[in-house]
Amino acid sequence: MTVTFDGRVARSGWTLQVDGLDIDEGVTAVIGANGTGKTTLGRAVAGLDRLASGRLEIAGAVADDPAAGVFVPAHRRRVAMVFQDLRLFGHLRVIDNVAFGLRRAGADRAGARHQAGVLLERVGVDSAAWPRRPAALSGGQRQRVAIARALAPEPEVLIVDEPLASVDSSGRAQLRSLLGDSPAGHVILITHDPVDVATLAERVVVLDGGAVASRGSAAEVTASPGCEWAATFLGANVVPGRAHGTSVTTEGGLVLDVAEEAAGPVYVTFPAHAVTLHRDRPAGSARNAWQAELRRVDIDGERARVHLGGPVAVKADVTRRSADELNLQPGLTIWASFKATEVTIVT
Amino acid sequence: MSSPTRVRADPGTEPRPASRLPVPLTWVGFLALGLLLLPIVGLLQRAPWSALPSILGESEVLEALRVSLIVSLAATAACIVLGLPLAFVLARRRLRFPRIIRAVVMLPMVLPPVVAGTALLFALGRRGLVGQWLDSWFGVSLPFTTAGSVVAAAFVALPFFVVTVEAALRQAGDELDEAAATLGAGAWATLAHVTLPTIRPALAAGTALAWARALGEFGATLTFAGNFPGRTRTLPLETYLALERNPEAAVAISLVLMAVALAVLVTLRDRWMPR
Repeated sequence: MTVTFDGRVARSGWTLQVDGLDIDEGVTAVIGANGTGKTTLGRAVAGLDRLASGRLEIAGAVADDPAAGVFVPAHRRRVAMVFQDLRLFGHLRVIDNVAFGLRRAGADRAGARHQAGVLLERVGVDSAAWPRRPAALSGGQRQRVAIARALAPEPEVLIVDEPLASVDSSGRAQLRSLLGDSPAGHVILITHDPVDVATLAERVVVLDGGAVASRGSAAEVTASPGCEWAATFLGANVVPGRAHGTSVTTEGGLVLDVAEEAAGPVYVTFPAHAVTLHRDRPAGSARNAWQAELRRVDIDGERARVHLGGPVAVKADVTRRSADELNLQPGLTIWASFKATEVTIVT
Repeated sequence: MSSPTRVRADPGTEPRPASRLPVPLTWVGFLALGLLLLPIVGLLQRAPWSALPSILGESEVLEALRVSLIVSLAATAACIVLGLPLAFVLARRRLRFPRIIRAVVMLPMVLPPVVAGTALLFALGRRGLVGQWLDSWFGVSLPFTTAGSVVAAAFVALPFFVVTVEAALRQAGDELDEAAATLGAGAWATLAHVTLPTIRPALAAGTALAWARALGEFGATLTFAGNFPGRTRTLPLETYLALERNPEAAVAISLVLMAVALAVLVTLRDRWMPR
């Protein structure tokens, strides 16, 4: 099953032009700066925005083709959406918000509520909250309800717009795993979070200026991001580890010093340009320095992106000149380091 | 003038902010409030309290009450049936001349009711634009009938319902409708299960305002529907007539109508006018 997007969406002032984008099953991350058309792409797939021209196919069936006069309205597409602003129904109880899609599909009230309860348990919303109105819940709880509501009608495509923005840190890992093995065949993940891309996405689509700038696996897109914004975004290093106070032990056994205190499983994230490379052990602070094997160097204009193996897989951006000075070659063993203050801890 | 020594500490409360209103403005403000209160006081002061039950039990009054209830409730029903679609069209459709259309919708709010009645007469009267066809095709003649009173009352009350509901629809936006669509709800299901429940307070407010306006309608009714006891003579018309022959009865009916109007506004509290 595939979602094939080949067309143009016109909004006031600008257009989204996507030529022959196939979105296969699994999790596809859509990234790009603000105003590049990420949400518009999702809305067009959901049937909330119409194509101005071109063709949209969902699982082999034409969903939108203005030239042929075909438009399948949103409620007849099996595409659900978790909106950035959630859009829970304020007049309905939490349980009935989740049961809404099931009721519209013809389930009776008791059956729909039962199924909604199962889903709410899976996303981690306590049954005490079920009879309450969404407004009485915390932001993180509401986000979980929105995800459960979208999953309830068993959509073929689940579009999630900035999924974890308002979830409290304790719930992120749980929701990530939930989205990771979502029952929906396709998950289109519109995100600003490098951790989402690193942990969830099987494929990445980069949008820039209303067009696809790059597409492919995370590795392919990282090697060829197609625009400055994505280069910076994908240059973010995401290192999983376990925090205890202000140090984090990575899976490879390396202990990193960080500026924030945390506990339990975390992701240590830092931009590629924050990593410095040295032939010899860096003098001064010996913290956050380790020896790594140089795997590959990608030259892009004046910038060289260095991929390191060893205890942690890390990307480092250096100028082309210093890459030459350091005589960086694959297979070389080199010292890498970064400052604790450059790090963000994501739980 | 308050001197600093008279400022007392009041532990546990916020300091009272100093007023920045010019003092004469406050005076005039309260004077205006008095002007609004005065008629109520005048009415209460002249109220024949002990005779109230017997006056309100008179057959003319009861008959006018019956006509008023029938006319105002029927007009309110018409406002809901016609006004709800109109509010949706105004709030959700892109219209060609929005300002002019909006002005037309709100016109009965500011039009002198007697003008509204005259206009209705020339539109729906026996020789009127549409009225002549109603008469010759269906044998229906609206002027000087209870149905005519309903039309007149609905005409002046409709904008109150439409404006209230339209404002609520605009405020609600179509975000929730979109969410419902992605969950498999078609247009009618979205309307029934999402849109209308979301604007329920405005529906109640608009209904109450329209009913109150219809109940108090006088000028358009008199002009278009006349003043026939048992058919078109509503409580306001009865009040006007009673002023000549039996002022105490006029006061009594006025008290009832004022109590109803106040009750509607107090129940609606701050919802009584759209933002």
